[in-house]
Amino acid sequence: MPSSDYDPASLPDLLPLYYRRLFPFSQYYRWLSYGGVQKNYFQNREFSFTLKDDIYVRYQSFSTQNELEKEMQKMNPYKIDVGAVYSHRPSQHNTVKSGTFQALEKELVFDIDMTDYDDVRSCCSAADICSKCWTLMTIAIHILDRALRDDFGFQHRLWVYSGRRGVHCWVCDEAARKLSVAARSAVTEYLSLVKGGDETVKKVVLTEPIHPFISNSLDVVKEYFTQYALHDQDLMGSKESVEKVLALVPEDARSYLQQEFEKEKKPEKRWKLITTEAKRKQVGNFAHSFYIVLHIRTEGLVVLQSVSLKSTAKKGQYFEKEIMLQYCYPRLDANVSKGVNHLLKSPFSVHPKTGRISVPIDVSELDKFDPFSVPTISLICEELDRPRPGEEKEKLGDGKEKEDEKDAIEKRKIRDYKRTSLAKYIKYFDQFLDGMARSWKAERLRKSDLQKEF
Amino acid sequence: ATFSRRKKNSINPQSELYGQHLQFYGQPPLENISLSEFETFAVERLKLLKTVENLGVSHVKLTDLYISKLEKELKALNFPYRPDAKSQSGPTEYEKRRKDHISHFILRLAYCQTEDLRRWFIQQEVDLFRFRFNDLDPKQQLEFLHKNNLRYDTISSEEKLKLKDQLINSSFGVSGITVMEHEFYKVPFQDALDLVRLRKVYLKQGYAYIPHQDIVTIVLNDFRTRLSKALALTARSLPAVHSDERLQPLLNHLSHAYVGQDYSIQKNVGKISLDQIDSVSWKSFPLCMRQLHQSLRENHHLRHGGRMQYGLFLKGIGLSLEQALQFWKMEFIRGKVDADKFDKAYAYSIRHMFGKEGKRTDYTPYSCMKVILSNPPSQGDHHGCPFRHSDPELLKQKLQVYKVSPSGINQILELVKGMHYQLACQKYFELTHNIEDSSFSLNHPNQYFLESQKLLGGGKDIKREMDAPQRSQENAASKGSTATQEVAANTSQHLAEMTEDLDSFFQDA
Repeated sequence: MPSSDYDPASLPDLLPLYYRRLFPFSQYYRWLSYGGVQKNYFQNREFSFTLKDDIYVRYQSFSTQNELEKEMQKMNPYKIDVGAVYSHRPSQHNTVKSGTFQALEKELVFDIDMTDYDDVRSCCSAADICSKCWTLMTIAIHILDRALRDDFGFQHRLWVYSGRRGVHCWVCDEAARKLSVAARSAVTEYLSLVKGGDETVKKVVLTEPIHPFISNSLDVVKEYFTQYALHDQDLMGSKESVEKVLALVPEDARSYLQQEFEKEKKPEKRWKLITTEAKRKQVGNFAHSFYIVLHIRTEGLVVLQSVSLKSTAKKGQYFEKEIMLQYCYPRLDANVSKGVNHLLKSPFSVHPKTGRISVPIDVSELDKFDPFSVPTISLICEELDRPRPGEEKEKLGDGKEKEDEKDAIEKRKIRDYKRTSLAKYIKYFDQFLDGMARSWKAERLRKSDLQKEF
Repeated sequence: ATFSRRKKNSINPQSELYGQHLQFYGQPPLENISLSEFETFAVERLKLLKTVENLGVSHVKLTDLYISKLEKELKALNFPYRPDAKSQSGPTEYEKRRKDHISHFILRLAYCQTEDLRRWFIQQEVDLFRFRFNDLDPKQQLEFLHKNNLRYDTISSEEKLKLKDQLINSSFGVSGITVMEHEFYKVPFQDALDLVRLRKVYLKQGYAYIPHQDIVTIVLNDFRTRLSKALALTARSLPAVHSDERLQPLLNHLSHAYVGQDYSIQKNVGKISLDQIDSVSWKSFPLCMRQLHQSLRENHHLRHGGRMQYGLFLKGIGLSLEQALQFWKMEFIRGKVDADKFDKAYAYSIRHMFGKEGKRTDYTPYSCMKVILSNPPSQGDHHGCPFRHSDPELLKQKLQVYKVSPSGINQILELVKGMHYQLACQKYFELTHNIEDSSFSLNHPNQYFLESQKLLGGGKDIKREMDAPQRSQENAASKGSTATQEVAANTSQHLAEMTEDLDSFFQDA
């Protein structure tokens, strides 16, 4: 509706307004200071700005919230990226002895981009998204959020809409921020199931045993598969699509299924044929491996029974699961997650092409999230100027003192975003910060105890 | 000598200091010791580590035979070898642990200097650590982990039952039985990255649930990493230590000590017959031994130094005691010694060499280092290293007699001039065997012999002896328990691989 009003050419006019009256600086500062537990945490954080005409500046850093505000209001960046917390102030990195300026900590981050799914979505491609393929993001968030929480024990995970065709995750736990490159890489590999580029046909291969992480992820996929894959993407409908799916099925089952599909046209029934065929293969392999154990026994050697069963890791018996995962499992950009110094688009940044604000996503309402109703910068600027019912227009007379004026501007700023569609997202962000604040308090207490401060 | 590299901020009372049987050697010792203790400790630990190396080469680690032999050595050298062993006499447990601690740090000084030395030292220390960790019972192992700030906890049986299915489906080679019977450790996932990366472990709330066999790997890797870092740091502080004149010679001596295989374990006993020795000496003996053999044949005699160097070499290439006695006697009789005198004066020392007399120590053949550095020959002696000890002119003549090409001789003499005696010998090997590049790094006369035999097609037997002595020795001995152990270990791999192994197993037997 109102979002179609956005015109990238108006950005230079809208940005100053956005940064003066809407950008949630105090929440932003609250986030990146992490409760002041570590000295200079905010001051040593790197920001990068993309300015008009694609001018890119790195190693921006700020001493206070005020300095951050002033600078952003001066530069009016088109894009803001957040980097690592360094050993020294990034803005002074040239004055530091070479080799000693190092990235020390950063949130663990993930970037999921819809273009990485182009080979498995039929509704859109490239930068386009629609409500049909957005389900992939929903599935991705459910799977990864569960794993980050249950498997890795991370409590403070912020999911953010990227503004166009994907989502980002910021894991803000202290343990996450302190992870080494090796650890980030290990976490990313643990979470990766879809491997291979354009030349690889079969991108997911499962062997026995099925790790609980994979089972849990499959449970999520199964919830959405019928609606998303069979209906929205019409996986079992068009000839082309069916061919692609059957290419993932072992050869011996493929011809049988192709035959059956001549008779059966209903998508759900077709899928049922696939799953039944897979189950048949799984049982068959079980019997086969058991036979092998007996054979060895007759040679007079003792073999641990259950181990030998699992060692017959026959490929291709789980092909129905492999198909589901190849079509639905999250595809991560590993490079984003592995580096400590990697810069990622900041929450509440504007997307220059769509005008949408990178807003946090309320995971408890995840299935209701609609990327097309995320406010654009033009919408919220417009909402700013609409007088609220029952509100008098504030007039600054000549008699007012500077102090009052400043106060009034501050107060107005706080109320400003509340008048716009941005409000609910900032409120959610506040709740996220409140959740973390409890751990900051505990941490501050612990530290002061150690130092015996009173 | 005083160690003062690191200041401790808390003083441990003496009783606490060596309260643990096993340690990570995190803190250097902070006390004064005498130079003689310094030397004794160092030498004895070096002996221990050499034993660890030898046993590791000729036995499968942690089998009963390996364990008993290593324990024997630990006991003989007064190192701690069993957590609760009560020694009746000799040093107390405290004294043994102190020796363990101090000797480790002394050897760090000696072995931090080059990549090769570091690698060797770390390998033996890791093997020793593995042995001693394995010796602790599960409760002691857990205590060790905790005392060393390794935040690993075992999980209770109740928890194991609750997580049984997940544990089975996460770790390879884990069955329901394994879960209930073996310990599982709860480890922060950051300490188990290799397992996490490959999704080979169950993760819950940031902890990895690791079966016992994988924990040992993690602890060993931790030990290896710590030691590696420490050695790098030590190397940096070495100039200060080297400036102490009392320590420098000892540390040099220690680090020059031969660290390769010592060829003491006779593999080819009886494979060489006495009438082969002459021809084999032309083809496969290094120059030093060829020279000794030739003098023996010419003079029907060798002095003590020569008898030791050559006699042990012959033992190393596979001569049995009987053959050796026959060999030396036959030759000496042709000279000025009669049979009686030989039996009285010389036989004893040959039997001594084979460990059948006196101390019954099994002497090991001399390494190049030993031949080059110790006991230089004097007039009338023929032992030593010709590249080191011969006058260059004489060396040249000798090489001409042995038909080495003039350009080859020049190359050798150049190396000798640069004091690269072993490289000179290696060049001699290449020239006499007509090859461009020898694929090994020469540091032992017996190694020269084996490599030569290998090259000349001495063949399968030699090769197998050089490659994997573990399997052949164990399998040949008994089919029973070790065979099943082997097969059981193999079942944790892919079935196809297992079938291949079984095939070769049947072939070996």
